[in-house]
Amino acid sequence: MRKIKPSMKERRKRVLQALKGLGEKIYTQIEKGKFPWIEMPSRSTDNIYYDPELRQYILGDKKIRRSAGNIRHIASFTKLVWTAFFVRELTRERKTSTLRDLYYSAQAYEMSFKDQAESDNIITDLETVIGHAREDFNVFPEERSAVFGDLTIEYNVPGYEGKRLNLTSHPDGVMIGPALTSADFVRTSADKVIAIEKGGLFTRFIEEQVYRKFNAILVLTAGQAPRATRAFIHRLNTELELPVYIFTDGDPWGMHIAMVIISGSANAAHLRDLTTPDAVWSGVWATDIVNYKLPSDKLTDVDIKRLHELARDPRYKGELWQREIKTFMKIKKKAEQEAFSRYGLTYIVDEYLPAKLEGEA
Amino acid sequence: MSQIFEHISPADFFYRNRDIAGFSNPSRAIYSAIRELVENSLDAAESIGVPPDIFIRLTRIKESGRGVSVYELRVQDNGTGVPSQHIPSAFGQVLFGSKYRLKQSRGTFGLGGTMAILYGQITTHHPAHIISSTGDSRIYEYRLSIDIRRNRPIILQRKSLDNDHKWRGTIVEFRLEGDYFRAMPKVLEYLKQTAVVNPYANITFIDPRGRLYMFTRATTSMPPPPKETKPHPYGVDVEMMQRLIQSTDARDMLTFMVETFHRVGKSIAKNFLKFAGISPKRDPKKLRPDEVVHLVQKMKTFDEFLPPDASCLSPLGEELLKAGIIKEYQPEFIAAIQRKPSTYSGHPFIVEAAIAYGGNIPRKGDIVLFRFANRIPLLYDEASDVSWKIIKSINWRRYKATPDMPIAIAVHVCSTKIPYKTVGKEFIADRPEVSREILFAIRYVARKLQKFLTRVEYKQKELRRLNIFAKYLPKIARFSTDLAEKKRTPNVDKLIRSVKRIEED
Repeated sequence: MRKIKPSMKERRKRVLQALKGLGEKIYTQIEKGKFPWIEMPSRSTDNIYYDPELRQYILGDKKIRRSAGNIRHIASFTKLVWTAFFVRELTRERKTSTLRDLYYSAQAYEMSFKDQAESDNIITDLETVIGHAREDFNVFPEERSAVFGDLTIEYNVPGYEGKRLNLTSHPDGVMIGPALTSADFVRTSADKVIAIEKGGLFTRFIEEQVYRKFNAILVLTAGQAPRATRAFIHRLNTELELPVYIFTDGDPWGMHIAMVIISGSANAAHLRDLTTPDAVWSGVWATDIVNYKLPSDKLTDVDIKRLHELARDPRYKGELWQREIKTFMKIKKKAEQEAFSRYGLTYIVDEYLPAKLEGEA
Repeated sequence: MSQIFEHISPADFFYRNRDIAGFSNPSRAIYSAIRELVENSLDAAESIGVPPDIFIRLTRIKESGRGVSVYELRVQDNGTGVPSQHIPSAFGQVLFGSKYRLKQSRGTFGLGGTMAILYGQITTHHPAHIISSTGDSRIYEYRLSIDIRRNRPIILQRKSLDNDHKWRGTIVEFRLEGDYFRAMPKVLEYLKQTAVVNPYANITFIDPRGRLYMFTRATTSMPPPPKETKPHPYGVDVEMMQRLIQSTDARDMLTFMVETFHRVGKSIAKNFLKFAGISPKRDPKKLRPDEVVHLVQKMKTFDEFLPPDASCLSPLGEELLKAGIIKEYQPEFIAAIQRKPSTYSGHPFIVEAAIAYGGNIPRKGDIVLFRFANRIPLLYDEASDVSWKIIKSINWRRYKATPDMPIAIAVHVCSTKIPYKTVGKEFIADRPEVSREILFAIRYVARKLQKFLTRVEYKQKELRRLNIFAKYLPKIARFSTDLAEKKRTPNVDKLIRSVKRIEED
């Protein structure tokens, strides 16, 4: 059992400081009789690079400048400042907002967003400007995923400050929502993290006591992992120093769910702390389909097109990835995680999982 | 200035063919009667350089069924007045008048006023009542009817009154059958447009419901009165040539040519007679009919005649045209042009055009067209008129104009002979020389409108731009103040002022 230094209060402070800094910069510019402006890295595709050192996408040196003196910029500039103002209130009061809430809240200030796409984009601007993910300033998407395992956390949200919870408390797992995202880790006995794509398998693993048998914290990504979940896995990996294993369906889409947890997405190139470069994709591999003679479906044209895209993707340079892509293209087959049920419901836990974790360890 | 009165042609022709003179139905009869008398009155005042004061009253006497009633029409002016001895002929004889001369005037056929009286007599059997004075010591008062078959006035009563106040003018009062309520929109439109194109006139109208319509003059400056002129060789036909020969005192062709025609001097006359193969010494009265025809044909093909001089024309002028439109429609923008004189078939003409935007100009989904000829409005058969065809042929998008805009165009053609298509004088025929001038005039004012619309568009764009800054800068100031945890919100007025590129009017 390890004790961990709480980090979330510190992070909240940094976010508030960054927001205040943004306000001060603009305030000073206006004071001096100048049209306020801000500069931020460009997020256009020609400024997104893959950094092999960091093992994630990053933004290049290109900057864009938004100025209130430009008729085409002033509306979005104002909305950016308003968004900063709004999330600072949220963060100070420790309240959260969904992306949708934020879209509607703007209307009270007589500057409606055209649509949610615009407000989402402004939030991404704000992330870029202050260098923090929106979850850090309490704006969350609707998607939810879950975690189960022996990890004790301490809440920081109002009404629950100091309250602790062990993440084995609920047999369905605990939702990775705003409260858990901002909680501090207290202690854990686990020595690994297993991320699972699908809810069915996540429940099976809880039922089969995988967390105990393998001493693991189980994370349900529920398809493509939400950013809060990716950030949570990153914290498990960095703050608790736990290795991460990812289990997905055996198809190009499952591969990519694993890859986004490992190396992030181009859309989040302006952010750090969302990736877990040392995490391992443990299956289902194309070679598993062959080796375990899994029931499979034929790859569709769309699947094959996707494989070709992935083959060219810099994140897929590694030997394992290239091998699996080639195997998929050779066998032209795919298999779901549930395919192991053909050997009985516990086969995956009793036989496959140990072999896989063994192989990677 | 004296007017020349003479008998021209006896005819009860118009009695049988009153349709072509504009008396085709009870509604049209009211409109035409008012129009003919008003135009006579305008001419009478203008011919002595006096700003016209015209009073019109239409009273319903009795119902005669099917919406038709007997009305009494009274039109009074401050014009030249008709000398006593001419009154019976002037109002009791068709085609007697002062207008069968080459001069720009409103009527063309000399039958308008009498035609109205004739129509009244046919429909009501009531005599006409004429009062007139030329401003001397007497006022003459007549009750007249027309002997239609013999085309002669019948004097029922004649009075001579003292004119202590030196009143000058003419009052015409007669009864006619008609339908005012159907004619009303056209009558009112006619008076309004007449006021536009005669901005120096006062026109008062009391309609049968007792409503008073007043069109007050906006100026007392008047265009110079038109001068009489000799006919131009290009505009002469055989019939006219025969009349000219009959009435000339010249003993030889050379003198005849020089004395009779417009801008024909001795050398041009000599050259022409040589060209026509007619001896300059011939007595014009002794030309054989086939020689007269030959002479007219040669006149049309001889190309050394000088173009007609337009000094006999009296256009309104850009300022008066604008003043008239401003007076009645208060537009936001107006531009006008007077084209240089031009000619068609030996007749000089001048085209004037104006374009106006906004104010009381109706938005009717299309350009509003006001057509004027020799200072009278043309209201019927707009779609057949050359100006309308030209407007339709123009791509207005090029001038930034769209159909939903309140745009009016006025076209004024003045000429010694307006190329009307019908005796009803309602639309101008498509003569290439005339339509070319109209096209150029409209294009010119359209370009002025385009400049205006561009300026308006720019101003609106600037205003929108300014509003955006004015909306957002204070918000930026407010939110950043809060973010920076400052107390005082910085002032953004200076920044807003700095983006202003135009002055607000």
